[in-house]
Amino acid sequence: MLELKNVSKTFFPGTADEKQAIKDLSLKVDKGEFITIIGSNGAGKSTMFQLIAGSLLADTGRVFLGGEDVTFVPEHIRSRSIGRLFQDPLSGTAPGLTIEENLALVYLHIKKGSSAFSRVGKEERELLRERLSLLQMGLEDRMKQPVGLLSGGQRQALTLLLATLDVPKLLLLDEHTAALDPASAEKVMQLTDDIVKENGITCLMITHNLYQALEAGTRTLIMSDGRICADLSGEERKNMSVDDLQKLFRETAGKNYAVDRMLLT
Amino acid sequence: MIRIIQTALELGFGYAPVAIALFLSYRILDIADLSTDGCFVLGAAVSVSLAAAGHPLLAIVLAMLCGAAVGCLSAELQTYFGIPSILAGIIVNTGLYTVNLLVMGWRSNVNLIKGESIFTMFQKAGAGAVSDISLLAAGAALPALFLHFFLATRIGLSIRATGDNPIMVRASSIDPSRTIRIGLSISGAFTALSGALIGQYQKAVDINSGTGVVVIGLACLIIGETVLGKRSVTKSIIGAILGSVLYRFIYAFVLYTQIVPVQGLKLLTSLIVAAAIAAPVLKEKEALRRRMRKEEGKDA
Repeated sequence: MLELKNVSKTFFPGTADEKQAIKDLSLKVDKGEFITIIGSNGAGKSTMFQLIAGSLLADTGRVFLGGEDVTFVPEHIRSRSIGRLFQDPLSGTAPGLTIEENLALVYLHIKKGSSAFSRVGKEERELLRERLSLLQMGLEDRMKQPVGLLSGGQRQALTLLLATLDVPKLLLLDEHTAALDPASAEKVMQLTDDIVKENGITCLMITHNLYQALEAGTRTLIMSDGRICADLSGEERKNMSVDDLQKLFRETAGKNYAVDRMLLT
Repeated sequence: MIRIIQTALELGFGYAPVAIALFLSYRILDIADLSTDGCFVLGAAVSVSLAAAGHPLLAIVLAMLCGAAVGCLSAELQTYFGIPSILAGIIVNTGLYTVNLLVMGWRSNVNLIKGESIFTMFQKAGAGAVSDISLLAAGAALPALFLHFFLATRIGLSIRATGDNPIMVRASSIDPSRTIRIGLSISGAFTALSGALIGQYQKAVDINSGTGVVVIGLACLIIGETVLGKRSVTKSIIGAILGSVLYRFIYAFVLYTQIVPVQGLKLLTSLIVAAAIAAPVLKEKEALRRRMRKEEGKDA
């Protein structure tokens, strides 16, 4: 489904701030896999996502998505098959547009046979309302309200719905529950799990929560210093406790541990 | 008196497309596109020159196409060439001065005293005295109606999202360069439409007739928002027309009563616009100052 082949990315090359964020990284992801990714700050997790999504282009190496070489395909084209959620719950929806308009915007882009001048009809509005009710947040009764009035948790849940309205080939979650209060975080994570499982979506999730890293998904990667330094799946992962993972993280990601202890809770 | 009201209404409707255009570029796309002044004159120049050549209706259409081209150019300078939007507008504006002179046959003004305009055509068709006003009202209503429907379409919603949350748009399958290009093209077409209507209405175009049009347009937009609020798109569009008409009434009032010398009106307009745009910031600063004073009082 997704393959990174010897990908590297250096920021500010040739200056004093030069930083090699991704070092000769290779990764193969099968269809339907749900991978959780942990790593210290600056390990290259988000950079890897940006390379996959096309917000950044790799200096060397290749990116394949669904068997197709997308290394130089621009971001907005790749976005057709990639859904993305960020840490900032405000980033994925347009605050000045109503809930209905946000849904319509995404719906009209994925609807087959729609043209630039298509509008959402009455039946389709009802369909979107139904989809929205699946979030069980009562948002379906607030369709005409601007999204700016929603809470962070509600906006992130709506973003999740928008990103999966049309089942994406790949879903990238970049700490998408980290900025939410515990109750909202749990709710959004539950929704994520349900939607991903139900649709068999291939999914990559960055998290700082070790419990979440083991609880969700089918495979876990530990990243450090621009590389993947551990790749856990199957029995090995199943038998692992949060303590085991923390220990493994300390051994593999090594020197940054003192700082990370604060972050990994 | 009735003549004054009529003129105010006519000019209000005639300049309304500029306010609608600015609503699209400044409010919806969040781009301060300063090519408005030159674009307005281009519309007027094309319109009057072609009307003088005997094609008043075609003149309006062609003027709008020229305006769209200007908007498209301004957008390309910003998106493809990475020129900051304010600078891009100024560059286009400066270049247009020469283009406008060229369109006007290297003269600084052209008039339409002998030729037909859409207004004289209408009068001949038997519409009578109300024809000017209804024609100009239609000139304001058509862009408004178009925008009202357009902004609910896929491309319209994409344009709104581009101005509302660029981060979201970049992570989605919308190409922001494209939405900006389309948005500014429409905005340019509306501005030129206004120039085209006003040019034929006044039977003349002057190379400097666009000076300050952008600021007046913003003033109209702000007046409309103050009266009707800016909650919904439909209200804002109606507000732009209403603001444009109200501005002309204020203008007529000043002209009639002489409470401010007529030469001072542009200064007054810029003061109003600056104050209106600065108001939210000033309010916030004042609130903070008041709170600080209160907290200090507590400590002492």
